[in-house]
Amino acid sequence: MNVRLFARARELAGADTIEVNLPAGATVHDLRRRIGEEYPRLAALLERSALAVNDQFAEDAQMLPPGAEVALLPPVSGGQSA
Amino acid sequence: MTAHLDLPIDRITISQHEVARYSRHLIMPEVGMDGQKRLKAASVLLIGAGGLGSPLALYLAAAGIGRMGLVDFDIVDFSNLQRQVIHGTPDVGRTKLESARDRLNAINPEVKVDLYSTRLTAANAIDICKPYDIVIDGTDNFPTRYLVNDVCVLLKKPNVYGSIFRFDGQASVFHPPHGPCYRCLYPEPPPPGEVPSCAEGGVLGILPGLIGCIQATEAVKLILGKGEPLIGRLILYDALAMSFREFKVRRNPKCPLCGDQPTIAQLIDYEQFCGMRGQEEPAAAATDGEATVEDLKRRLDRGEDLFILDVRNPEEIQICRIPGSTVLPLPELPQRFGELDKAREMIVHCKSGMRSQKAIAFLKQQGFTKLKNLKGGILAWADRVDPGMPKY
Repeated sequence: MNVRLFARARELAGADTIEVNLPAGATVHDLRRRIGEEYPRLAALLERSALAVNDQFAEDAQMLPPGAEVALLPPVSGGQSA
Repeated sequence: MTAHLDLPIDRITISQHEVARYSRHLIMPEVGMDGQKRLKAASVLLIGAGGLGSPLALYLAAAGIGRMGLVDFDIVDFSNLQRQVIHGTPDVGRTKLESARDRLNAINPEVKVDLYSTRLTAANAIDICKPYDIVIDGTDNFPTRYLVNDVCVLLKKPNVYGSIFRFDGQASVFHPPHGPCYRCLYPEPPPPGEVPSCAEGGVLGILPGLIGCIQATEAVKLILGKGEPLIGRLILYDALAMSFREFKVRRNPKCPLCGDQPTIAQLIDYEQFCGMRGQEEPAAAATDGEATVEDLKRRLDRGEDLFILDVRNPEEIQICRIPGSTVLPLPELPQRFGELDKAREMIVHCKSGMRSQKAIAFLKQQGFTKLKNLKGGILAWADRVDPGMPKY
């Protein structure tokens, strides 16, 4: 399954998308755990990032439908200069 | 899904001068005379007069918002001018509030501008936000972002959200119960240091212009009661790919703030919530592991055998560098620490001292012991040892 990365996650991984191997019937929670295992650089940010499935923010308990488009959306700050 | 603002316009008049000024609005059916009166009757509060606040304030003033509050405590710096277009070169050294007020008065003297020269805190947020119809989040840090979110939910005000980092931007409108709040997206802040600020990570100067204009558009739509507000949708903009993506976000029934059984009924300690305070303590406790820039200069002048490790990124090295230092950027440290000599005393530095602290924590885990963090980083060196060095 391909996961599209945004903002800081893209930088930490050094790629726009990453590939994660997941069995059929896996949940968003399983995906989150697997990303952390396969891409340790993302681990710290991952817990506090949102995952979107088919352009919709997803809860951890949700099942991943076959062929789902997944995006990892870390929080972004910035705006006013520090 | 509309979140209609109650804006009485029966006592609002539009003068002959104003008709001339707003004529391009007035001839559109979506605005018209009533819409322009709604804009004049409306009040918005901008948190931050910086990167996002600049286009927001400029366009909202030009659009004829009746009353605009600005909250900021900062001074205009040269490093702001690349993106904070409300301020000009002659404004460097002035307060951002005074600089912004003068510019807004020049653009549209019809707009009443309220200035709040303070940091938004849990103690003052309710009093500052209460008089306004809409709050616009143009902040640069997580504690203030959660504070703005929470105060808006508690006061039932729409929160027009925008956020930027390097080439990426986000925008949405949070307005429970019509849609989610920021906590529905991100219940908890990232660990401190995981998401760099603009000062640490940089930002394309044009990016806040674009995101701020999305926020200004949404504020105007909410006031006019026209179009589809960005409620329940998060826009992600990628300037490098020049792409916009939209994600749907539902209100989380389990949200501690806007959910069905909220557990947060008042403002909290946001610095603590975001782990900021916990971070400062180890730094303070680590003073015996620190060196001042004066110590470093004295020891270098004496010809001592010191290893200076600079953990900044290559782009930063091109701007300035302490003579004799060895460069090993922090992200490469886990792969390359083997190149370093554990037996030698090492002074580690970055721009201001945060990344070098992380580098030291990592190196200690790898068995390094002779480590000292250069307090205040290369900025302190530029201030107190080498005033000719460029600062960034």
